[in-house]
Amino acid sequence: MIIEALIAFTFAAALVTFVLPDRLAGRGAFALSLVPVLGSLYMWSQFDASGNALLQGGQTAFETVIPWLQVAGYEISWYVGVDGISLPLVVLTTVLTSLAIVSAWTPIQHRQSQFFGLMLFMEANLLGVFTALDFFLWFIFWEAVLVPMYFLIGVWGGPRRKYAAIKFFVYTNAASLIMFIGFMALVLGLGDSTSSFALPDVAQALRAGDLGSFYGLDANTLRVVAFAAMFFGFAVKVPVVPVHTWLPDAHVEAPTPVSVMLAGVLLKMGTYALLRFNFTMLPEVAVEYAPVIAAIAVISVIYGAMLALAQQDLKRIVAYSSVSSMGYVILGLVAYTAYGVGGATFQMVAHGLISGLMFMSVGVIYNTTHTRMVGDMSGMADRMPVTTGILIAGAFGYMGLPLMAGFAAEFFIFTGAFQSTVIAGNGLAIFTAAAMFGIVIVAGYLLFAMQRTLFGPFRLDTDYEVGPAPLHDTLPLAVLLICIIALGVAPEIFFSMITDAVDPVIGGVLQ
Amino acid sequence: MTALTALTALTTPLQAGQPPEWTALAPVFILAGTGLLLLLIDSIDPDTTDSALLAGVSTLGAAASLAVTAWYLASGTGQTGGEITLFAEAIVVDGMSLFFTAIFTSVVVMVTIASYDYLLGHENQGEFYSLVLFAASGMALMASANSLATVLVSLELSSLPSYVLVAYLKKNRGSVEAGLKYFLIGALSAAVLTFGISLVYAATGSLIFSDVAEALAGEGELVGVAGLGVLMVAGGFAFKTASVPFHFWAPEAYEGAPAPVSAFLSSASKAAGFAVAFRVFVEAFPLATIPEGINWVLAFQILAVVTMTLGNFAAATQENVKRMLAYSSIGHAGYALIGLAALSAGGSANGNVLGASMAHLFVYGFMNTGAFLFIAMVERWGIGRTFEDYNGLATQAPVACLAMTVFMFSLAGLPPFGGFFSKYFLFFEAIENGFWWLAAVGALNSVLSLFYYSRVVRAMWIEDPSGSLELGSQPVGLYAAVMLAAVGTVLLLPGFPPVIETAQTVAATLFA
Repeated sequence: MIIEALIAFTFAAALVTFVLPDRLAGRGAFALSLVPVLGSLYMWSQFDASGNALLQGGQTAFETVIPWLQVAGYEISWYVGVDGISLPLVVLTTVLTSLAIVSAWTPIQHRQSQFFGLMLFMEANLLGVFTALDFFLWFIFWEAVLVPMYFLIGVWGGPRRKYAAIKFFVYTNAASLIMFIGFMALVLGLGDSTSSFALPDVAQALRAGDLGSFYGLDANTLRVVAFAAMFFGFAVKVPVVPVHTWLPDAHVEAPTPVSVMLAGVLLKMGTYALLRFNFTMLPEVAVEYAPVIAAIAVISVIYGAMLALAQQDLKRIVAYSSVSSMGYVILGLVAYTAYGVGGATFQMVAHGLISGLMFMSVGVIYNTTHTRMVGDMSGMADRMPVTTGILIAGAFGYMGLPLMAGFAAEFFIFTGAFQSTVIAGNGLAIFTAAAMFGIVIVAGYLLFAMQRTLFGPFRLDTDYEVGPAPLHDTLPLAVLLICIIALGVAPEIFFSMITDAVDPVIGGVLQ
Repeated sequence: MTALTALTALTTPLQAGQPPEWTALAPVFILAGTGLLLLLIDSIDPDTTDSALLAGVSTLGAAASLAVTAWYLASGTGQTGGEITLFAEAIVVDGMSLFFTAIFTSVVVMVTIASYDYLLGHENQGEFYSLVLFAASGMALMASANSLATVLVSLELSSLPSYVLVAYLKKNRGSVEAGLKYFLIGALSAAVLTFGISLVYAATGSLIFSDVAEALAGEGELVGVAGLGVLMVAGGFAFKTASVPFHFWAPEAYEGAPAPVSAFLSSASKAAGFAVAFRVFVEAFPLATIPEGINWVLAFQILAVVTMTLGNFAAATQENVKRMLAYSSIGHAGYALIGLAALSAGGSANGNVLGASMAHLFVYGFMNTGAFLFIAMVERWGIGRTFEDYNGLATQAPVACLAMTVFMFSLAGLPPFGGFFSKYFLFFEAIENGFWWLAAVGALNSVLSLFYYSRVVRAMWIEDPSGSLELGSQPVGLYAAVMLAAVGTVLLLPGFPPVIETAQTVAATLFA
């Protein structure tokens, strides 16, 4: 029952924060958010699952199934549980939310209780997304994440916040609806072989080849159409080129803590769902269209990096680099090897931490300087040495320097992709080699931006006093850096449980 | 179903013989009786402005009717094949009629509570309430109609009071004009419907649904006449449900009418139109036996797609919140039409999609009524009607704005509100019956609707107030009604199982 307790507590905490007076809201929300952190760490310490939650023989941890309603002969239940793929993301969600709340203390200066309440409300729904194992339950949480995000960008964002909020809302909602139709067609195509929307049932029936024809579409066409609909739906959330355009808008307008949540956790919903739905349920379609998917991944990596190279705004640079990093995740998924898919899952966590760190440190600099433009400042290292150091460390993590989480993740992904045989004649290696070129561009734009903003003589066209950031702004950065290094030095702390859950996914795909 | 079973154990179904069968119509009688009682109160003291008494009596009457309906539904009266027919089969009481009566009566309860404040200081309050109740009894009768004659009579019984209610603000030009427009189009549609009914009668020689169906199945000669009749009957229902092509009155009438009346018309009256359309097309013109030439499913597919698309596109371009809601209510008529448009698979799947449509109308009864009542409250506060006038309203009335946010997101089909389930089940059932493209069009419309619904939310929460917002008094009744609707909209998500299960069960009996 610990998952229910976590979700329920977080919802209750959100309500409590809503009614707190504004001056107490930030501290109160942080205190309350520590409970989910402890809860998820407790889950981690007690974690005992083997296999994949969706596939035969997998054992789910902390599982609960309560029947809810019946529609057209299909059972819908409250069905939650975690396995090695979802648990790291649950931990990431709770930790990152707490840190994001602390990082919001400085920049959020009006309507605090609403802001922090919405952050907790979003956390509760994110926990639901990563633990729900029934399609409808999962979809409720999936869609409900949009509501707090809309307000968080729309009320506390930058000058073009209204445009960014509605664009985000409409884009991702449209994608979800198309995905919904694709998945429903799949379930109905299964006919009598499943009588519920429970993801394990659907996944196993699909894997067993029970898909029949459905109103004029034979099983094969249905499979491809449903795969395409779901892929599109999740790709918008990830996001991949060319459906990424909502992301930079949302990121630039969102306040820092919201950007942290957006890049750190929300984008992972897309890749997590791709893994759970497309790559777990319809592996044969993924393999068949592997060149197309790999091409999309590579284009996202290179194009995202090129866009980042062209930006002047530090935050936009970090935002576009997310498109790149998520491209690697898709490359790892399509490889269908233990290292590829495992590395992709690992990258979800690693990128969550690193992008969180980058956004937060850019935010800390912005709080002090009130500008994010690369051209407006230089020599920040003199005035804010600690923040600068952490920002550089984060950038190194992004570039994939060894002993950082980003290195481990990318190393796993590339290893897995080179081993992959999804494309005949080791064709994925060519895509991978092209994608690796992205690292060079990443290093290029990050080093260039760092060099111009952080080093050299101090210059800033404002009359503000520029000095070190307050402790509560710096501490979350330090915590994130510790996590990044810990995962880089000892990737095993997550990787072994990830591979446990990943092995069944790739099992039997390429025989 | 467990809650229902428990209730069933406590009560016994209304059996033939004891008590008398006509008591099955008790919900209608209570509504009509309350209307008469209000007329009596009004004739004793013609100038009464005792809102508390009038609103109280009407609310109690509607609530009593709702309670009896719920009791009948729970105890299985007229259900599981034992429908009760009265007056030479002209009227039938079964699960479906009770389900729809539950929608009407819950809307009336909310509307009468809200009218308490809205009507303060107006004349002729007694007439207002009695007209609402008479219209509601007409609607309840529509849901029970089993003969084309009853359809016509009950439809007029609900329409005539509605015309007057729309024009209730007789010193307001908009209200009077709206009433006139509504009346003219209503009269035209009634004529079309009547002519359609007479054609069907000419072709089949009967007005009772089952006889019409039987005659149509064996009929070969007058297929053309019957087909024209069916088409014209569909036109009559398109008027009542505010569907294309008879939707022109809706935005004008909803905008001009007092907001509680708009709430009443766009929720209850629309549902009544669907109740009678569902029954007539499924029972009198059943797809299984109707001659090949009369393919009304195709007509409803076109109607559904055009209605939802037109309604949503028009709503997206409005600057006036009330008008936007009026067009969006046309869009929702399009969704509900999926219930008829996705028939043809046969078997239990038909009952499922019709049931999903009914469940959507049920949830819609709460969220749409709530939205219009919120507008009534804003009108009461004397704030304008455009999106800009709503700017920053949340700073003044956060609780009411939270309720309005619930309605908007629920209408857009976002969780965690009732509209999420009802809309997605509708799409799901459409897909199950093989109509992907209907679900896809619905989904696209849903995205568009999110755009304009969130404009209201944005205005209330995100924009800064453009002028001074002086709200004045806190209308108690309106607040209570809006909260009632909001709580209902939220609770209908976890509480959706009994609604959808009841709806699909009672819908399935139509196809039995």
